[in-house]
Amino acid sequence: MRISPGTIVLGVLGLALAPPAALAAEPIKIGVIAETSAISGVGIPNAAKMAAEEINAAGGVNGRMIEIVDYDDHNSAVDAVRAFQRAAQQDKVSAVIASYISEVVLALEPWAGRLKMPMITPGAASNEITRRVHDDYDHLKYVFHGYLASTQIADVVCEAGKTLMVGDLHAKTAVVMSEDAAWTIPLDEEYLKCLPASGIKVLDHIRLSPDTTDFTPIFNKIEGEKPDVIVTGISHVGVQPTVQWQQQQVPIPMYGVSSQATNSTFWKDTNGATDGVIFNMFSAPDVAVTPKTIPFAKAYQAKYGNLPGYAAYTSYDDVYMWADAIRKAGSTDPDKIVEAMEKTEYVGTIGHIEFLPKDNTFAHGMRIGPGYITGLMVQWQKGNPVTVWPANVASGKMTFPEFIKLPQ
Amino acid sequence: MLALQILIDGFAISSLYALGAIGFTLIFGVSGVLNLSHGAIMVVAAVIAWWVGGFGSGPYLGALAGVAASLACAFFTYRVIVRPIQNSRAIPREEKEIFVLTATLLWGIMLQEAIAYFFTNNPKTVRPLVEGVVMILGVRTPLNEILTAVLSWLVIGLLYLLVNRTRTGKSLLAASMNPRGLTLLGFELSSIYVLVWAIYGVLAGIAGVLLGAFLGVSSDNAGVLTASAFSIVVLGGLGSVSGSLIAAYVVGYLETMTAYLVNPSIRTVPVLLLLVAVVYVRPQGLLGRR
Repeated sequence: MRISPGTIVLGVLGLALAPPAALAAEPIKIGVIAETSAISGVGIPNAAKMAAEEINAAGGVNGRMIEIVDYDDHNSAVDAVRAFQRAAQQDKVSAVIASYISEVVLALEPWAGRLKMPMITPGAASNEITRRVHDDYDHLKYVFHGYLASTQIADVVCEAGKTLMVGDLHAKTAVVMSEDAAWTIPLDEEYLKCLPASGIKVLDHIRLSPDTTDFTPIFNKIEGEKPDVIVTGISHVGVQPTVQWQQQQVPIPMYGVSSQATNSTFWKDTNGATDGVIFNMFSAPDVAVTPKTIPFAKAYQAKYGNLPGYAAYTSYDDVYMWADAIRKAGSTDPDKIVEAMEKTEYVGTIGHIEFLPKDNTFAHGMRIGPGYITGLMVQWQKGNPVTVWPANVASGKMTFPEFIKLPQ
Repeated sequence: MLALQILIDGFAISSLYALGAIGFTLIFGVSGVLNLSHGAIMVVAAVIAWWVGGFGSGPYLGALAGVAASLACAFFTYRVIVRPIQNSRAIPREEKEIFVLTATLLWGIMLQEAIAYFFTNNPKTVRPLVEGVVMILGVRTPLNEILTAVLSWLVIGLLYLLVNRTRTGKSLLAASMNPRGLTLLGFELSSIYVLVWAIYGVLAGIAGVLLGAFLGVSSDNAGVLTASAFSIVVLGGLGSVSGSLIAAYVVGYLETMTAYLVNPSIRTVPVLLLLVAVVYVRPQGLLGRR
């Protein structure tokens, strides 16, 4: 068969002039950038996809479906920036959910401003994220902080410490042990202020290199100082200090922030060495922080085989919040989305979420306190995470392995 | 007290370093291959031991599975990665070493990424073969740490006997001195290479499993483990087994002393400085022959 040039011209014209029928139903894309080879990292796209499926099953947003486009940043700021640019310029996403590593989020922040791309982080904690929004609101208003800032986290740990450490354990002294990273700088600063205010004297402050593998000298030093409790700020290094603490039978309780302990696989990863470790979380699978928390944790476990880590809860909420903001804004115009997002009043899996106004030091960070987000302290006990604080939602009491010598 | 603590802690880590590096140096000594997938193979052993041990099969079966995995990896590395390059007619003779270096490096990265993909890069700790602690003159020492040192030395001792007291072992030694002479005597070099890779697989596997139980490993550690074996081997003299043993103790104790007396965050720095100095002053290493 011979095709005449005329037919081709007509065909091309036809294609070009065809009414954009598909456009109305074109999905709203949300980019998700995370380190997918880590358990806490892969929770971010997993939970985002769950939220998108639920929203789509309920009819989508303004008649359009939500589509999650996910990118693996291999925990590298360079890869994350590349993914972010691709998301904005090639894949044309309307908003981004990015990373749980402060260093990565801080690298993305200026790009969110330059490309006018609404972005939220479900797990990074550095205070710097919201401070920059506060200092340069006009450029960086596209950035929201979907997790608590380190200072706020330290405050929760200290507040709970009044009951758990000072009240129940009669602890008087502590050594602060944190990994050297962007998120722990404000965390430690606040620990050093709020622990004494809670009645715990800080004997020493140890910052350890994130690539430390042998913690014996560190525990040895701490033990020599005879504190009643070790207050932690560990994330990347979480498994190894926990295992060595148990193997060397360091007789001092570990209490504070241990991000990897929030993963349900942590018990298995440490062969149960985490028994007795107390860590901070904002939602736990055994506590109805809101009516959404337990159903989400159960659905996540049914779908992916393990309980969600901390950034999965927030990532799930973030998709809903972006969807709401886009629905309210009536378009995917970034400025309108930001405006709508600032008015968020959303009950998510981690509590009642509201973003702080631009004149607050934590501009676009979440409001904490009673009625908003309060935080929990959870302890690993015989294979299960058990919430031990606050009392009104606690599902158990603190217990410790035999090698721990509690202060008298 | 602190001195004793350093002595005990340093001994355990040094023994483990020695075991990890000895296979690496053996391969180089006998077949001239610098295997840059070394760290990844150790990680494979540890992660498989953790994984199999997690099914309730107990730490012993897990450890055995780890060593078997390492052995399989070593054979694969030799058969599929190294040997085709050594036998290739397309690659000029003088470039083969570089090809092997690059190929094993890339293979190591592939292994590392595969572990990260299937098991995530979260650190894993192998269940220790023995639990509990003992007091040695007032220093609380985990039994597992003692076992690590004892097992490392047991394996090194067995290797010594194998190399010096058996005919097969002696042929390994001969191959490292004069491979051409050995072929003239009617030995099949390729079967000696297979043997040395098998020994390597077992050594790296045991070292990986012990490391996994002692400190824990993650796929991210692969590069560092290769680098540490490499530094020890360069310090001791490339291809010299006894040099590597001494160097392992120098490195282990230097690191431990830095960690205890100066700061744990810079524990590897003095070793690297020492390495630079060695390369300047005595490039063949402590006991190097080449």
